[in-house]
Amino acid sequence: MSQTPVSERPLAVDICGLWTVYGGGNAPEFVVHRDLDLQIAQGEIFSLVGGSGSGKSTLLRQILGLETPTRGHVSVMGQAPHQADPRSAASRVGMLFQQGALFSAFSVLDNIAFALRELGHLPPDLVRDAALVKLQMVGLEAKDASKMPADLSGGMVKRVALARALIMDPPLLLLDEPTAGLDPEGADGFCDLLLAMHRELGLTVIMVTHDLDTLLELSSRVAVLAGQKVVAVGTPREVIATPHPFIQQYFGGGRGQRAMALLDTQSPGAAEPLAPSA
Amino acid sequence: MAIIPAASDTTDADPIAGEAAPRVALHTGSGEPVLHALGEWTAARLADVRLWRSLQASLKEHAGGSTHSVAWSLEDVQALDHIGAQLLWERWGQAWPADLNVTEAQRALLERVARFTQQPQPPPRPSLWQRYLGLGDGVLALLSHLHSFTSLLGQLLLDTLRLLRAPTRAPWRDISGHLFHFGATALPITALVGFLIGVVLAYLSAQQLRQFGADAFIVDLLGVSLVRELGPMLAAILVAGRSGSAITAQIGVMRVTEELDAMRVMGIPQGFRLVMPRALALAVAMPLISLWTTVVALLGGMVAADVALGISPTYFIQALPGAVDLANLWLAVGKTAVFGLLIALIACHFGLRVEPNTESLGKGTTAAVVTSITVVILVDALFAIAFRDVGV
Repeated sequence: MSQTPVSERPLAVDICGLWTVYGGGNAPEFVVHRDLDLQIAQGEIFSLVGGSGSGKSTLLRQILGLETPTRGHVSVMGQAPHQADPRSAASRVGMLFQQGALFSAFSVLDNIAFALRELGHLPPDLVRDAALVKLQMVGLEAKDASKMPADLSGGMVKRVALARALIMDPPLLLLDEPTAGLDPEGADGFCDLLLAMHRELGLTVIMVTHDLDTLLELSSRVAVLAGQKVVAVGTPREVIATPHPFIQQYFGGGRGQRAMALLDTQSPGAAEPLAPSA
Repeated sequence: MAIIPAASDTTDADPIAGEAAPRVALHTGSGEPVLHALGEWTAARLADVRLWRSLQASLKEHAGGSTHSVAWSLEDVQALDHIGAQLLWERWGQAWPADLNVTEAQRALLERVARFTQQPQPPPRPSLWQRYLGLGDGVLALLSHLHSFTSLLGQLLLDTLRLLRAPTRAPWRDISGHLFHFGATALPITALVGFLIGVVLAYLSAQQLRQFGADAFIVDLLGVSLVRELGPMLAAILVAGRSGSAITAQIGVMRVTEELDAMRVMGIPQGFRLVMPRALALAVAMPLISLWTTVVALLGGMVAADVALGISPTYFIQALPGAVDLANLWLAVGKTAVFGLLIALIACHFGLRVEPNTESLGKGTTAAVVTSITVVILVDALFAIAFRDVGV
């Protein structure tokens, strides 16, 4: 695959002049995003960073179409998310929720196959086989298919949730704290899996994470949200070098230093952006 | 060389999907005939029932049964996802066609599907021995329920003794709160149901009694059946559905959110703080709700008797004490107190057994309601046998 510069690739997500304001009327206004601009190219692994309450999750929900911005323009794969046909949502964007959000009444296989089954008239055998392929792609075994979510470990829940998010081959994958609640080994394994999926399926990945190891290992670009705006966008190294007080505080602490030291020992290119496959 | 569309291909090009419709066309040239896949082979397209049917028809026409022996070309496919690849792979009988023309990305996709597609294993049928063991598991589970219910009952006894020894240190606020939620807020619904049942019962009885000229006996009939049996049962079943499920859900959610573990870690006894207040509150509230339901049901019966048989409310009220022995009322109060205690204990029992997941919470709540209603009816039958000589 050729390495196309980020700026020349088509956009996966285009956010222009975004305002999100809660309250209003009698209640005091609370501004989450103030005239925010953000462009994410196809094939990137893009991370959103910011303190608690900086509007990262709100931004993710707006990209998903779960919330509508007060003002401004959000376009996902050239389409406004809240105007798109909800029936084909699973084929546009996949979402991995922090706790997995598996349907506890369904088996693993039924969880993965759910969106496909609801789509309409596909034969049950085809749906089952397609779900089994996705199950094994995320590193689980076919015998896990009949298990119930309650019987799965935290790492397995995340993997099943990832398989479910990818069942319709969406070009865009959103991750909310992908490694939260996993042990170090599990987190490493899950990061490797995400990189493999990104490479094999040519995904655009957007994630929100506080785990600096994950952030620095995976991200091709990072955007820092602070003071209702994007204060820096660029590769992790570029962002860390930005002389902004929040960024210096965020990456300059003990955890940030350790993660940076680890990143320096790693081979360069692990987090290079990849062009989407044909 | 030319792509020869089959007769059905002209209809294949769906008026809506147009070029995007997944379809095949037979490409005959100098050598072997090649099947060209065209259009978008994606889940969204394949799930459209018309596109699916026309694709199946054109596959059947061009390829018949032995699809994998034909040469295939996927070069002109506009889009191919895992579902499309899965369909092709299954169409090929899970084997590579002898001659296949694909792009690099398509091959990677197909190889992934080929690698991970496997024959589903039929679920193993349980052997006779396993069924025997399953029966044993069922018996053991029942015994374990009985065991923990008995210990809950014993713990309640100990906790009540503790309450009596030091009444000032009891969780009175909890008890009064539960009393309000289980009792006061249940009054409207029990009144509505009780009144309607009273009306229906009086109307139906009136029709029969009139045939024998025994109109005046409607007071005896309604009085005994409502005071002794129907009032307490109606109230108990409503409370079991309403408060029983609430108790199980409350305690179950505390398990899911680890609040129960937090209580244990802090050394706070669950029996004294969770089970006893609910059991006592329901044991007090239940007879009161039952009395209330009975009174409102009698009121409904009185109205219906006036309308259907012309029996005046004054006569009804005057005749009632003579028709129903006071012992019936005491019996009803006594057994509804037992019902209340049982409903609360069963609900707590299932709530404490909830495992930390939502599936188990739903099952526990259902089990609590079903079990408490069943137990209430069973215990009512026992009361009926034990006190068959009292009040009638």
